[in-house]
Amino acid sequence: MTNRSYQSWAGYPVVDQEARKLNWQSDSLPLQDSDGKSFLPYGNGRSYGDVCLNDGGIVIDCRGLDHFIEFDAEHGVLRCEAGVTLQEILHFAVPKGWFLSVTPGTQFVTVGGAIANDVHGKNHHKAGTFGRHVSRFELLRSDGSRRICSADENTEWYQATIGGLGLTGVITWAEIRLRPVKSALIDQEVIRYSNLAEFFEIARASDQDYEHTVAWIDCLAQGDQLGRGLFIRGNYSDTVQNSAVRQPKFNLTVPVEPPFTLINKMTLKLFNTVYYNKQRKEQIKGQVHYKPFFYPLDAIYQWNRIYGSKGFFQYQCALPVEHMEDAMREILERISRAGLGSFLTVLKLFGDKPSPGLLSFPMPGATLALDFPNYGQKTLDLLDQLDEVTRSVGGRVNPSKDARMSSEDFQLHFANWRKMEDYIDPRISSSFWRRVTAES
Amino acid sequence: MRKTLIIGATSAIAQDLAKLFAEAGDSICLVARSESKLSILADDLKLRGASSVAVQSMDVLEYDRHQSVVDSAVESLDGLDLVVIAHGTLPDQAACQQSLDMTKKEFEVNALTTISLLTHLANYFEEKQRGSIVVISSVAGDRGRQSNYVYGAAKGAVTIFLQGLRNRLAKSGVNVVTVKPGFVDTPMTADFPKGALWASSERVAKDINNAIDGQKSIAYVPWFWRYIMLIIKSIPEVIFKKLSL
Ligand SMILES: Cc1cc2nc3c(=O)[nH]c(=O)nc-3n(C[C@H](O)[C@H](O)[C@H](O)COP(=O)(O)OP(=O)(O)OC[C@H]3O[C@@H](n4cnc5c(N)ncnc54)[C@H](O)[C@@H]3O)c2cc1C
Ligand SMILES: NC(=O)c1ccc[n+]([C@@H]2O[C@H](COP(=O)([O-])OP(=O)(O)OC[C@H]3O[C@@H](n4cnc5c(N)ncnc54)[C@H](OP(=O)(O)O)[C@@H]3O)[C@@H](O)[C@H]2O)c1
Repeated sequence: MTNRSYQSWAGYPVVDQEARKLNWQSDSLPLQDSDGKSFLPYGNGRSYGDVCLNDGGIVIDCRGLDHFIEFDAEHGVLRCEAGVTLQEILHFAVPKGWFLSVTPGTQFVTVGGAIANDVHGKNHHKAGTFGRHVSRFELLRSDGSRRICSADENTEWYQATIGGLGLTGVITWAEIRLRPVKSALIDQEVIRYSNLAEFFEIARASDQDYEHTVAWIDCLAQGDQLGRGLFIRGNYSDTVQNSAVRQPKFNLTVPVEPPFTLINKMTLKLFNTVYYNKQRKEQIKGQVHYKPFFYPLDAIYQWNRIYGSKGFFQYQCALPVEHMEDAMREILERISRAGLGSFLTVLKLFGDKPSPGLLSFPMPGATLALDFPNYGQKTLDLLDQLDEVTRSVGGRVNPSKDARMSSEDFQLHFANWRKMEDYIDPRISSSFWRRVTAES
Repeated sequence: MRKTLIIGATSAIAQDLAKLFAEAGDSICLVARSESKLSILADDLKLRGASSVAVQSMDVLEYDRHQSVVDSAVESLDGLDLVVIAHGTLPDQAACQQSLDMTKKEFEVNALTTISLLTHLANYFEEKQRGSIVVISSVAGDRGRQSNYVYGAAKGAVTIFLQGLRNRLAKSGVNVVTVKPGFVDTPMTADFPKGALWASSERVAKDINNAIDGQKSIAYVPWFWRYIMLIIKSIPEVIFKKLSL
C-alpha cells in the first residue's frame, strides 16, 4: 500500500513502500508475512532525501517507541526509547536544568534518527556530533538478537550504528548524556558581515568563546559581497529565566501543498535581501528563547510544502580545512551565477572532535547547507557542478540531506563504506543504500 | 493530586491520556493484560511527573477478577477520583457474519466487560458521592452500518448503559463522560488508509482531557464528529438502508 505519509522531508523521490509500526521495545520486529521483502527503520521522516526510504519494501515506523525509561538527575543521563523526539526530551529536561548536548536545526527528529544520521548542530566545534553523547543503546536485528552497544561493549556494532543510516538494525532505546543549563535562554549576538572572508574571520574568532555559531547567508549576493550574511553566535544564558522573554508558540503551518513551488527567483531575491537587511546595526545582542535560536524553521510546521508537489533538494557539503576558503567561494559563485539559491542558506565551521561513527559526515573544515526547488534537470546539473568542487578538494556530501549523489562520489567520500557491509542486517535495505552502492 | 485508574492502559489513546495525567501529577493505577508493557508505561509515567504509578495485569475477560482489581486499585491509590476505561477491539465484520462465537466474543470485549467493570465502579463512586467515570465508546455506536455493526452494536450498548448510569449518578455528584472518537490513527486501525478525517491519538487525548476537566457528558473527539454524526443520524432509514456505509 503506498503511504503518502511515509515520505522524506524534501518530497523527492516519491516511493511506494509499505509501513508497519513497532510500538513496544519488548515486541519483536513486525516482519510476519513480509515475503522476504527488505525493511528499514523510520523515525520522523526529517531526512531530506532517501536515507529514510525503502522503495518497494517496508519501513518500520519507530515513532511509537516513545517512552522514557530512566533519568539520572544528578549526572543528566537519560535513557529513553528511540522514537522519543528531541522536542519531548527538551520538554522533559529543560525545566530540570538539562539540555541536549547536540541538536540539529529541528526538534522534530527522533533519538533513533539522530543516532542513525549522527546529526550535528551549531556547536559541532565544541561538542562534535550527537553520537559522541550516546553512551549506549540496544540494537534489535531481524534474527531477533538484541545487543547492548557502547564504546566498550559490542564496540564495532556501536561504531557501525552511529551514523549507520538505519542499516545495522533497529535501535530500540538509547542512553544519552545531557548538558547542564541554568535557563531556557541563550545570550545571542547577531553580526552583519559583508563577504566570505569576513565570515571566516568572525567564525574563527568566535569558535573559542561561543558554544554555538552559525551564519545565514544571502546566497544570491555576488562579487565582493559574495557570502555576505548574518553571523549568529550564542551561549547558554547564566541568568535565570526572566518573564520578558516568552516561549514562542508554534502554531503556524502550511496547510496544503501548492501544485508549484512558491520559491522562485523573485521571492528568493526578495527574501534574501530583506533578511540580510533586517538588521540595521552591525551587531545586536540579546536574550532569546532556545526555540527560535535552534529551531527557527520549526515555527512553520510543514514549511517543506512551499516547494510544491515536485519537492526540492537540499545540498550540504563539508569541505576540509586546507581548501575550505577557496572551495566555498567557488561553490557560492556557482550557486549565485545559477540564480537557483535557497531562502535559507547556512554556513558553519566544523571542529575536529572525532565521532565514533564509521560513516559520520562532519570533518574539520566548513559546511554549507541550502535548499533548491526541484526544476528538474536544471537543478540536477547545478548540483553536479557543486559536487565537482566538493570532490576536487576531498570534501563530502551529507547522506541525510541527499537524494542524488552518484555512487562514485559516495564511495569516494565515505571510504569506510565497505566495512559497513559486515554489520548491515541481511533484511535491511534503503533506497539510499541501493543507490550509492550500485555498480556504475 | 488526583487518584486515577486506567483500564486498557496500553491503548494508544489511553497512553497519551496517561501522559497528560502524569504531567498534572496524578497518582495512577494502570490495568492491562501485558506485564512487560505495564512496566514500560510505569517507568515512563513516573518520569513524566506522576506522583505514583501502580500496575495490575488482567485480561478484561476475567470477569471474576473485576471486583478485586477495582478494590486493589482503590487500596493502592488510597481512593479513586477518576477512572478511564479504554480497552476495545475492532471486529472483523465479515468473519462475525459467519460466526456467532466470534460475534459474542467481540460483544464481550467491547460491551459486557465494560458493563461489568462499570457495575463495580458505579457502586464505589455512588457511595463516595464524587468523581468522574470516563469510558471510550465510539461514533460507531450512534448508528448501525453494514461495514461494522457488530462493533457498532457493542459500542451502542455501552453508550446507552452510560446514559442511564449518568442519569443515576448525577444525584450523587459523579460525572459520567461518554467519549465518542471518530477515526483515530492507532494500532486498532493500522490497516486502514488514512485521510483528512483522521486524528492522532495525541490530539484525541487532549480533547478527552479537556472534556474531563470541563465535566462534559458526551464528548465527540475531535469535535467535528458531532456534526458528522448529526447528519448521519438524520438520514431517514428508507434512504440509509440503501447506502453502502
Ligand atoms: C528543518 C531541518 C533542519 C535540520 N537540521 C539539521 C542539522 O542542523 N544537522 C543535522 O545533522 N541534520 C539536520 N537535519 C536532518 C535531520 O536531523 C536528520 O535527517 C535526522 O536523522 C532525522 O531524524 P528522523 O527521526 O526524522 O529520522 P528519519 O529521517 O525518519 O530517518 C533517518 C535515518 O535514521 C534511521 N532510523 C530512524 N529511526 C531508527 C531507529 N529506531 N533505529 C535505527 N535506525 C533508525 C532511518 O533508517 C534513516 O536512515 C535537519 C532536518 C530538517 C528537516
Ligand atoms: N482508533 C479508532 O479509530 C477508534 C475509534 C473509536 C473508538 N475507539 C476506541 O478507543 C479505545 C482505545 O482504542 P485505541 O484506538 O487506542 O486502540 P489500541 O491502541 O489498539 O487499544 C486497544 C486496547 O484494548 C486492549 N484490549 C483488547 N482486548 C483486551 C482484553 N481482552 N483484555 C485487556 N485489554 C484488551 C488492548 O490491549 P493489548 O495492548 O494487550 O493488546 C489495547 O490496549 C477502544 O475502546 C476503541 O474501541 C477507537
